[in-house]
Amino acid sequence: MIRSIAGRLGVFALSLLGASVVIFLACQALPGDPATALLGTSATPETIAAKRAELGLDRPLPVRYVEWVAGMLRGDFGRSFATGDSVTALIAPTLPVTGSLAALSLLLAIVIALPLGMVSALRRRHWQGGAVSVLAQLGMAVPAFWAGILLSIFFGVRLRVLPPNMYVPFAQDPVEWARHLVLPVVSLALVQAAVLIRYVRSAFLEVLHEDYFRTARAVGWTQGRALLRHGVRNAALSLVTVLGLQLAAILVGAVVVEKVFILPGLGSLLLTYADRKDVMVLQAVVMLLVLAVLVINALVEVAYVLIDPRLRAGGRA
Amino acid sequence: MRGLELRVGAVLVTLVVAAALLSRFWTPYDPTMPAGARLQPASAAHPLGTDAFGRDLLSRLLAGAQSTVYVGVIAVGIAVLIGVPLGLWAAQLPGRASEVLLRATDVAQAFPALLLAILLAGLFGGSTETAMVAIGLASIPQFLRVARAGALQVLASDFVLAARACGIGRLAIARTHVLPNIAPLVGVQATVSFALAILAEAALSYLGLGTRPPTPTWGSMLQQAQSVWFAHPEQAVIPGVAIAVAVLGFNLLGDGLREHLDPRLREEVA
Amino acid sequence: MTASPLLDVRDLTVAFGRRPPAVRGVSFTVAPGQRLGLIGESGSGKTVTSLAIMGLLPDYARVTGSIRLGDAELVGRSDRSMAEVRGDEITMIFQEPMTALDPTMRCGRQVAEVLRLHAGAEAGPARERVLAMLAEVGFDDPERVADSYPHQLSGGQRQRVVTAMALINSPDLVICDEPTTALDVTVQARVLQVLDRVLTLENAACLFITHDLAVVSQLCSDILVMLDGEIVEAGSTAEIFDAPQHPYTRGLVATARLDLVPPGGRLPTVDDFYTRPAEGAR
Repeated sequence: MIRSIAGRLGVFALSLLGASVVIFLACQALPGDPATALLGTSATPETIAAKRAELGLDRPLPVRYVEWVAGMLRGDFGRSFATGDSVTALIAPTLPVTGSLAALSLLLAIVIALPLGMVSALRRRHWQGGAVSVLAQLGMAVPAFWAGILLSIFFGVRLRVLPPNMYVPFAQDPVEWARHLVLPVVSLALVQAAVLIRYVRSAFLEVLHEDYFRTARAVGWTQGRALLRHGVRNAALSLVTVLGLQLAAILVGAVVVEKVFILPGLGSLLLTYADRKDVMVLQAVVMLLVLAVLVINALVEVAYVLIDPRLRAGGRA
Repeated sequence: MRGLELRVGAVLVTLVVAAALLSRFWTPYDPTMPAGARLQPASAAHPLGTDAFGRDLLSRLLAGAQSTVYVGVIAVGIAVLIGVPLGLWAAQLPGRASEVLLRATDVAQAFPALLLAILLAGLFGGSTETAMVAIGLASIPQFLRVARAGALQVLASDFVLAARACGIGRLAIARTHVLPNIAPLVGVQATVSFALAILAEAALSYLGLGTRPPTPTWGSMLQQAQSVWFAHPEQAVIPGVAIAVAVLGFNLLGDGLREHLDPRLREEVA
Repeated sequence: MTASPLLDVRDLTVAFGRRPPAVRGVSFTVAPGQRLGLIGESGSGKTVTSLAIMGLLPDYARVTGSIRLGDAELVGRSDRSMAEVRGDEITMIFQEPMTALDPTMRCGRQVAEVLRLHAGAEAGPARERVLAMLAEVGFDDPERVADSYPHQLSGGQRQRVVTAMALINSPDLVICDEPTTALDVTVQARVLQVLDRVLTLENAACLFITHDLAVVSQLCSDILVMLDGEIVEAGSTAEIFDAPQHPYTRGLVATARLDLVPPGGRLPTVDDFYTRPAEGAR
């Protein structure tokens, strides 16, 4: 069991390494010279060379890559090419915003999707099952940011029950923090829940067709209780695999939803610095988002081993 | 219910594609130029009203369909042309190498289309082309997986063994046996990927990282509505409905086709 | 048969959707402790009949007629009220032992839950009862089996765990749906032997479904033959073997008695005896 978890963590480390190389090369090697871009076309070769030395661009790529990674391991993401600001200082205040938005959305999406998915699997030949399927299909067609716009207009402006946008830090006023997060979280979660319902439904349908489900029924469990008893754990096996993808979807959804609700999160930071073409900030933020997804994937893999006794002995899913 | 998804999906997709084609030749007004007073409600002259610049919303909606279909076709085309051959190749690799490649696609899926597009837009500036390339590249893993899984199934079958025994080469087998057999699977995936591409394109142009103004897209219509939508909600509703209808259409079509191809999904006996 | 049968099935008809009924007007009884074999080819309606008795048919199946267990009518009951009967008074053992157990749960717990479900027993005594039951189905090391996950056991061992689950509440009737078909012949014999013993120990009646006349003859005193949704012949095992009446049964018996075929002679098939009606003729 330990070995099999260690193996999965090894894969995680390798994936992280691969992703960092790709991101670094994409940001540092693909585009033109940042020094030239900063100084404009009127700069002389001498000033450009000086700028390159100042930004550390005169050294070979491998050296810069190692420095970047070593810095990140210490929590230092380098300095913005354009302003010289510490990237870490830029990112730090955005993390709680995007973190709470993404985590709460994922949680709410799961809370919505589990019971609905179960109902739609169990009652698939009745109107309840049909209704859930139609809702899920509609929910999947709605972009999260548009859901956000509509919620903001309706609840924020028409009904005036919730703030239509902006953000209040938790430390400043926890109640207002929560009130400001409701609409963004709901708009992200609703759409994600729609996608998740379909996975939950097919996972539970699979369990319904399993022989052990029939055995459970034959020894006296009602359909619903047999599903809770044997279904949740077994369906969880197929559901944890999609959680990594779900988180990836929620994180990018958050980037756009942050713009709708004017939230000062990682997404807003990313957009601002994408506009300024500041590669140091870009590569740091992208690396962080990819890290978050890979961490979730790794946790999922470990959860897999914990849930499924067949994998504890080793071997692959 | 049987076949209903397929039919509704086909109707909606036809609607979107027809709007896109129509707008190439004709729109009620020039979608990029003011055609009346600003923010007018619906009227006989402007069936959907006008936007914050006085442009006709119906004309912009039709022209937006064109951008949507254009970006979707190219993006999905890129993903199919790269993803399917990669998947066929992966299916012929020995177990270990195939495993590594699958892992790599796992990592690649940690880069959703939108993130890749923002990155590309940040590096090269946002445009229709970066949007298409980013969405296309990000969709490659989906096709790689579908093609690999399908190919593995076909390659394990007896008729491929028979073909091999007759000395037919790998490329020839891929062309004559594998491709025709996985084409329907790829078709279904393309339909679903198209829906995802529409969502990604809408988000990108809403963020101002996709197609540049004045070319109208549904996403950029939403962006331009941002300053007025509290007072004029219809400015946000109309383009959003168009996006949702298009996505719904492609999703339903994909589901319907999949069910059509694999009747086991209809689950006759519980 | 005895005056008060344990199970009394009368005129049972089951139809799915607009297709012709899968079971048509089937009637039979099972006396307490009786071993009744139900034999027929796949699609003959024998599994549908057993699922109807268990109340486990999908909810779009239309069931008419009567199924009485003791004094209680089972047709038309809700899932909830049937669940109280299942596992307690009637129980069922299915064909596929490899997948019949939840892969994420230890075997002992799966058996204990059935006990707790119906008897509401405490965990301590439940454990002892489970171990005793596992010993009853022929495990020398019930402790180890109870702590094993299904994937750690062989197919025959799993089928015996399923048997333990089915019999732990001493049901009156056990329905076995081809419980040995998926197993090797040697393992098959062992499972049948165990089944025979626990049925006797628990004094339970058995409805044994199979397509294999040889298996039925080892376990059952009486036999029903089912064909195309109807019972075509019924009698004691000896009667059926010695004097089969229906042509289909004659075919079955001939194919089961290959020891009567002279060496080198052509092996008989059911079709030699019984010509089935053309499609759509019924």
